[in-house]
Amino acid sequence: MSTPFEPRIVVLCCNWCTYAGADLAGTSRMKYAPNVRLVRVMCSGRVDPSFVLRAFQDGADGVLVAGCHPGDCHYINGNLKAMRRFPALEKMVAQFGIEPQRLRLEWISAAEGDVFVRVVNEMTAQVRALGALDWRRRAAVGPLPEHAG
Amino acid sequence: MEPRIGVFVCHCGTNIAGVVDVNRVVEAAAAWPDVVFSTEYKFMCSDPGQHLLNDAIIRHKLTRVVVAACSPRMHEPTFRKACAMAGLNPYLFEMANIREHCSWVHEDKLAATLKAIDIVRAAVAKARLLEPLQARMVPVTPKVLVVGGGVAGIQAALDIANAGTKVIMVERSQSIGGHMAQLDKTFPTLDCSACILTPKMVQVAQHPNIELMTYSDVENVDGYVGNFTVKIRQRARYVDESTCTSCGVCLEKCPKKVPSEFDEGMATRKAIYRSFPQAVPGRPVIDKESCTYFKNGKCKICEIFCEPKAIRWDDQDRVVEEKVGAIIVATGMGLIDPHGLGQWGYGRFPNVLTGLEFERLNNATGPTGGRITCKDGSEPKSVAILHCVGSRDRNHKEYCSRVCCMYSLKFAHLIKEKTHATVYNFYIDMRCFGKGYEEFYNRLLHEGVKFIRGKAAYVTDQAYGDEETGKLVVSAESTTLGQVLRVPVDMVILASAVAPQNDAEAVARLFGMGRSPDGFFMEKHPKLEPFATATDGVYLAGSCQSPKDIPDTVAHGAAAASTALSMISRGMVEVEAATAEVLKDFCSGCKVCQDVCPYSAISFHDDTHLAEVNASVCKGCGTCVATCPSSAITGHHFNDLQVLAQIDAAFAWE
Repeated sequence: MSTPFEPRIVVLCCNWCTYAGADLAGTSRMKYAPNVRLVRVMCSGRVDPSFVLRAFQDGADGVLVAGCHPGDCHYINGNLKAMRRFPALEKMVAQFGIEPQRLRLEWISAAEGDVFVRVVNEMTAQVRALGALDWRRRAAVGPLPEHAG
Repeated sequence: MEPRIGVFVCHCGTNIAGVVDVNRVVEAAAAWPDVVFSTEYKFMCSDPGQHLLNDAIIRHKLTRVVVAACSPRMHEPTFRKACAMAGLNPYLFEMANIREHCSWVHEDKLAATLKAIDIVRAAVAKARLLEPLQARMVPVTPKVLVVGGGVAGIQAALDIANAGTKVIMVERSQSIGGHMAQLDKTFPTLDCSACILTPKMVQVAQHPNIELMTYSDVENVDGYVGNFTVKIRQRARYVDESTCTSCGVCLEKCPKKVPSEFDEGMATRKAIYRSFPQAVPGRPVIDKESCTYFKNGKCKICEIFCEPKAIRWDDQDRVVEEKVGAIIVATGMGLIDPHGLGQWGYGRFPNVLTGLEFERLNNATGPTGGRITCKDGSEPKSVAILHCVGSRDRNHKEYCSRVCCMYSLKFAHLIKEKTHATVYNFYIDMRCFGKGYEEFYNRLLHEGVKFIRGKAAYVTDQAYGDEETGKLVVSAESTTLGQVLRVPVDMVILASAVAPQNDAEAVARLFGMGRSPDGFFMEKHPKLEPFATATDGVYLAGSCQSPKDIPDTVAHGAAAASTALSMISRGMVEVEAATAEVLKDFCSGCKVCQDVCPYSAISFHDDTHLAEVNASVCKGCGTCVATCPSSAITGHHFNDLQVLAQIDAAFAWE
């Protein structure tokens, strides 16, 4: 019997809101699907589109980008830069043949532990329904390149 | 040289070890490249835990350290310091959060252990690529901005000023004093609020180290810890501060009456006014919105009677810019809008009052001079005090407002003292937690006050019998009797919920603060730093952080003051070392980075055609790093290689 498919989701999140929201989910002892791994950057504005592609390339079945609500950015408006970049990234990801539900942008504040839990559970269920992405095989992109910068 | 990584996995008592198999994490870590030492310990943050770290760094010549424990937002500073003690650059430390993000949120022990291994692997992958950074020290402006002149702000301002540091206090209303100035007596000692507060208000006004700006608002905040630039708008007062003698003749002569904010709308003030007779400063202001002259171009009666000729019709708002090293936000609390509480009769029955309205009614400086009367002037024969109106109520505010039980007891006592009325307290639980509070409750139990354990369901004027005719009827289930009661009374006081100020959202944005789910400003740590915020150099005092009574508010103000002072008195402050840097060889001079930088920290050199990051202005958000089309900007401590390595190691992919 094969083990059931468990999606692997990379969360690229900002330090001030979403990471802290996930901390709050922890201190409040909320429970959620163990399918996510958080990668912390200081601001969602720091999320380079290449980070998202790299996660898919590595084998992630879904990627969540999350930051402060518009207007609440710790760095004034870094999240708005992330927001503006996102549609282009979505288009690119779609052109690569990746289903749009596998990539998500969410605003989760430091007070929204419950929202973090809901988003993680929702996305885990969605990606589970889609099945494994296995993008490297699907796109035959070959081995990882050495990164330049 | 290959890095030598040490991994330390914390049990956190049973917080982590109860769910995550700590030894399995240690074993997994030991097998990874460059990990030369891995171990576990009960409490890594404790003194022996830090010693263990220290010894291992020296003994195993560690060049990178990973501690798998709680959130970096909790203990990263602790372990960075421990690393520095052992001679390791603190930026060669990385934290793996296996508590908040793992053991506390998962029940399946195997899944949690595997996730913990992944989290530690990713941290090790990043640690391998960490670079030493030098924290930069910048001088601190030895001046503190205190926003809000309630008792929290007053305490903070006086503590700082008495230590010899300059303070600017900004208050938006005409006078300082805040809510405490509206109160008559304070629980449980029943000492007079004005008698203990007004001398402190005067001290603020007279203190050589305090610059008091009332009728003013903070408009903009720039800069960073130790070096903030704030813009303060001093609204036009139309009364010259240096000429006015505060004689008060204008207040008598002004023909225009408007509801008094200070008296909760139960009395009137004039268009030229001071909030209350003991206001500090005592010089009045003209409320332009209400003034007849500003409306119709005719009147000027105040000017006619003003002997020192202090009225200035051409007065303008002034915007001043000030440099400060620290900011204490003490903007206080609001109250829930009582109009949403119609089931308890507010707004429908004139003799249903909020707690604060009753405070004014009972106050010697209030609308009745302190006589407790119904709206028709008669003395109430019975009064009901309804606890938890809007508090501890999922339809309104889930939290306990913390002050209502005690002020309800105080009201009961004062009503008994001043009238012959029967007093009923409808409560869910009596929460008398402070010093002398339970004793006060016991005292009230013996003063003939009636306590009914049951939350009032509604207040109605529909009488079921003669004894209810013309009365307000409070309906509640007494949970001790197991009976629904109808209690006819003449007056109802609603202990309505304390709430964040209406503009809390805008204020939070102005100062770069977060808000908790209840809407109050969020502290850095709920237990250890309830007076600090996530923004360095911005501190919290008083009930803007959570509902507080006076002793807690004063203590909080003093705590914020001492924290701000300890930063100011060092003279220098460490600022973010993890900033961005332009790699000159790759910069194409496209200037895109300049457009996205929220702090204008990037300058462009026309001669070399290169961008440059000003490290003392950069806050390290990394937006320019992600935006640069040539990958010519590196974001220290979160550079591309480090983040990508972390992503690569986020799961055991195969």
